[in-house]
Amino acid sequence: MSIDVRKTYKLYVNGAFPRSESGRTYPVNNSRGRLVANAVLGSRKDLRDAVIAARAAQNGWAKRSAYNRAQILYRVAEVMQGRREQFITELRHGVSAAAAEREVDATIDRWVWYAGWADKFAQITGASNPVDGPYFNFTVPEPVGVVGVVCPDDAPLLAFVSRVAPCIVSGNTCVVLASERWPLASVTLGEALATSDVPGGVVNILTGRRAEIVPWMAGHADIDTIDLTGCAGDRALVVTAEQAAAASVSRVVHATPREAQWANESSQSPYTIGSFVEYKTVWHPKGP
Amino acid sequence: MTDPTNSNTDAAAPMAARSSMPGREPSSLFRFEYAPALESTAVVSLQPSYGLFIGGRFVKPKNGGSFVTINPATEAPLAQIALADEADVDAAVRAARRAFRSWSALAGKERAKYLYRIARVLQERGREFAVLESMNGGKPIKESRDVDIPLAAAHFFHYAGWADKLEYAFAGRTPQPLGVAGQVIPWNFPLLMAAWKLAPALACGNTVVLKPAETTPLTALLLAEVMQEIDLPPGVVNIITGAGATGAALVGHKGIDKVAFTGSTAVGKQIQSAIAGSGKRLTLELGGKAANIIFEDAAIDQAVEGIVNGIYFNQGHVCCAGSRLLVQESVAELVVSRLLRRIETLRVGDPLDKNTDVGAINSQAQLDKIRCLVQAGVAEGATLHQSAWPLPDKGYFFAPTVFTDVAQSHRIAREEIFGPVLSVLTFRTPDEAVQKANNTPYGLSAGIWSEKSSRVLWMAEKLRAGVVWANTFNRFDPTSPFGGYKESGFGREGGRHGLAAYCQFAEDQAGAST
Repeated sequence: MSIDVRKTYKLYVNGAFPRSESGRTYPVNNSRGRLVANAVLGSRKDLRDAVIAARAAQNGWAKRSAYNRAQILYRVAEVMQGRREQFITELRHGVSAAAAEREVDATIDRWVWYAGWADKFAQITGASNPVDGPYFNFTVPEPVGVVGVVCPDDAPLLAFVSRVAPCIVSGNTCVVLASERWPLASVTLGEALATSDVPGGVVNILTGRRAEIVPWMAGHADIDTIDLTGCAGDRALVVTAEQAAAASVSRVVHATPREAQWANESSQSPYTIGSFVEYKTVWHPKGP
Repeated sequence: MTDPTNSNTDAAAPMAARSSMPGREPSSLFRFEYAPALESTAVVSLQPSYGLFIGGRFVKPKNGGSFVTINPATEAPLAQIALADEADVDAAVRAARRAFRSWSALAGKERAKYLYRIARVLQERGREFAVLESMNGGKPIKESRDVDIPLAAAHFFHYAGWADKLEYAFAGRTPQPLGVAGQVIPWNFPLLMAAWKLAPALACGNTVVLKPAETTPLTALLLAEVMQEIDLPPGVVNIITGAGATGAALVGHKGIDKVAFTGSTAVGKQIQSAIAGSGKRLTLELGGKAANIIFEDAAIDQAVEGIVNGIYFNQGHVCCAGSRLLVQESVAELVVSRLLRRIETLRVGDPLDKNTDVGAINSQAQLDKIRCLVQAGVAEGATLHQSAWPLPDKGYFFAPTVFTDVAQSHRIAREEIFGPVLSVLTFRTPDEAVQKANNTPYGLSAGIWSEKSSRVLWMAEKLRAGVVWANTFNRFDPTSPFGGYKESGFGREGGRHGLAAYCQFAEDQAGAST
C-alpha cells in the first residue's frame, strides 16, 4: 500500500504559492475537531505583497477583451469540473457529502454564469446620454481597480466565487481573504485559477485571521473597494474597517441579504458586478 | 519685493515674472473699455433675517443663534441667517420623517407634478435667483444667469419625469425610497447643487433635510419659498442653515437613512468615517485636481478657450476645474503665450456687471487659502504670471493666475486650490500624459484636446476620472452622470445612474421571490 503525499496549503499570490513571510500557520480542524491541515496564518506583509501583485496585474487584465475574460472565467469552470472530487473532499471536512456536492456544482455553475456577463454587462449598464447641446455623450462602466474581498465561513467555496467572479469579470483584480474557518478549498481553487489562464496577480488568496488582516486591508490606500461580506456579524470589525476605508475614500461593499443566500441561483446578479465598477462619462463635440 | 499674491493692492507687480515669456505683447493692446452694464438688483427682495425651513414653515432656531451672510464682492452684509444646532437638526429630521410616509406613498406621477412645478417656477423667477446667486456667492451674473439657474431648473425637470418611470430604470429590480436623506452642499454652485441633491431624492420618494453652505444660504432659502409657493407638502424638503457643526449634526443624526455630501475631500473622509457601521447609505462628490491635456495636434485657439473655461469659470471654484494644464512640449511655448495674452482680456470685477468674466472669490477664508497656495508655488520655484487687470478696492478678488515651471511635486500641482490658479506642466508622449494626469489621489474629471479621434478615445479610456471632456470642458447636463473616481468620491449624480443613490431594491432582501 502506497502512502499518501499530503498537501501543503499555502497562499496564492502573483500566480505563485508562497508560504507566509511570517512563517506562521494555524490548525484547521474538521467539524469533529480533528486536525485536517495547517493553513497559512497570513500577515500584513503578505497582504501588502498581494496588493502589489494585484495592482501590477490590473491594467493588463482590464485591457483583455471582454470575450477573452469570458473565456478565461469559463475555463475556470472547466478546470474545477475536472477537480470536482477534490473540492468535494475538502468541503466534506465541514458538511455532508451531499451538501459538499451541491456546493461544488453550484460553484462551477456560478463561474459559467458570470463568464457570460463579461461582454454584456456594459450594454445593460452603460448609456448614451441626450445632453442639451451638440455633444456626443456616453457613459461606460469601468473596473474600480483593486478590490479586497473578505469571505464568509458560510459556504466557503461558493461564497468565495460568488464574490470574486463578479469582481474580476469587469477587469478588476483582487486580494481575497478566504474563509477563516474553512480555508482549504479556497487554496485549492487557487490551483484551478493558476491553470485556467487567469493571469498571475488577478486573484490573490490569503488565509488567516480576519481580525488581523481586515483593518489593514480596508485602510490600504491602493485598495479601491473593500467587500466586507465576510465580516457580517462582527459589528466592531465592520466599524473599524469602514473607518479605515474612509482614509482613502475606498468604496465599501457588503453582500445584500439576497446575495448572501449563496446556494440560491437568485443570489447571482449583474448588480453584483455593478458593486465593483465606476461609471465614466465622456463628452465630445459634434460638428460638420 | 512686492508680495505677488496680494492681488488687491498691487496687481502690476508680477509683471516682472511675466516679461520673461517669449512672444509677449503689451497687455494694453488687448484692453477694451466697456461702460458698466449692471444687472439690476431690484428683482431681489431680501428680508433682514431668515429662519430655518422646517415642516413647511420658516421657524426661529431653538437657541436663537444666527450669523450674517455677506456679498463677497462688496463685503456688505445681506441678511441675518439662523444658525441650526442639534435640536434644530432633530426637529428638521423629525419633520422629514413625518412627511416620508405620505410622500413615498404618493403616486409617482403626482410627485412628478410637484417637481415639474419647481422647475417651472425656477424658470419664471430665474432672473431673481440669478441675481441673488451672484450677490451672495460672487459669481458673474452671466454664469448664474446662463448656467447655474437654467441647469437647476433642467435638473428638476429631468428628474420630475423619472418619478413615474422608476420601474424602468433598473431592469429586474423594484426600486423603493430609502427614507430621509441628509444632504450637505457647497458654496460654489449653491442652487445648482441643491437641485442636484433634491431632484433625484424627491423623485424616488425620499424626504430631505438639506444644509446649504455657510457662506451661500440665500438661494436655498429662496428655494424654500418656492417650495411653499408650489404647495409642496410640509416636511418633504427641510432646509437648515449653519456651518460645519450643523452639517456634522445632520449626517450623524440617527433618523436619517442616507447621506449625500458635496465638498472637500477632507470633510468627505470625516463623514465617511463618522457614519462607519451605521448602515447609512453614502454618496460623496469631493475635490479634484483635473488634468487638462493639450496635444500638439489640438486646435490651439479652441484649446486656449477651453483652458480658460476650465480654470477661470466660476473663479476656479469648481471641483472639476482643469487646474493642471498638461501641454505637449512641442506646443508648450505657443499655448502658454496665447494663454497669457488671453487672461489679460478676462474682465475681473463686479459679479453683477454683465461684462464680467471673473467675479469675486467666495469668502475671505477662501481668498486666504488661494493666497497661501500661490505663495507656496512661488516659494517652491514655479514661475508666476498674473493678469494685470485692476482689481476692485473692496471685496475678495484674485487675478487670473498661471504658474509655469511647475513640477509634479509642487503643492500647486498636487493640492486643490479652488481658485483661478492654473499650474502648467509639460509632456512628450501620450503615455507620459496619461501617467502624469493619473498621478493624483483625485479622479473627478479630465480634459483632452486633440483633433485625432483615435487618440481622444484612447486617452479617454486611460484617464482615471469620472468625467472626461474631449475638446470641451466644464459641460454639465441633467442627463449626464457626474462623479468621481478614487478620492474624488463615489456615486453618480445625473441621469439614470443618479437614481441609484436614492433607491433601495425589494429584491435585495433575503427570500425575495426568484
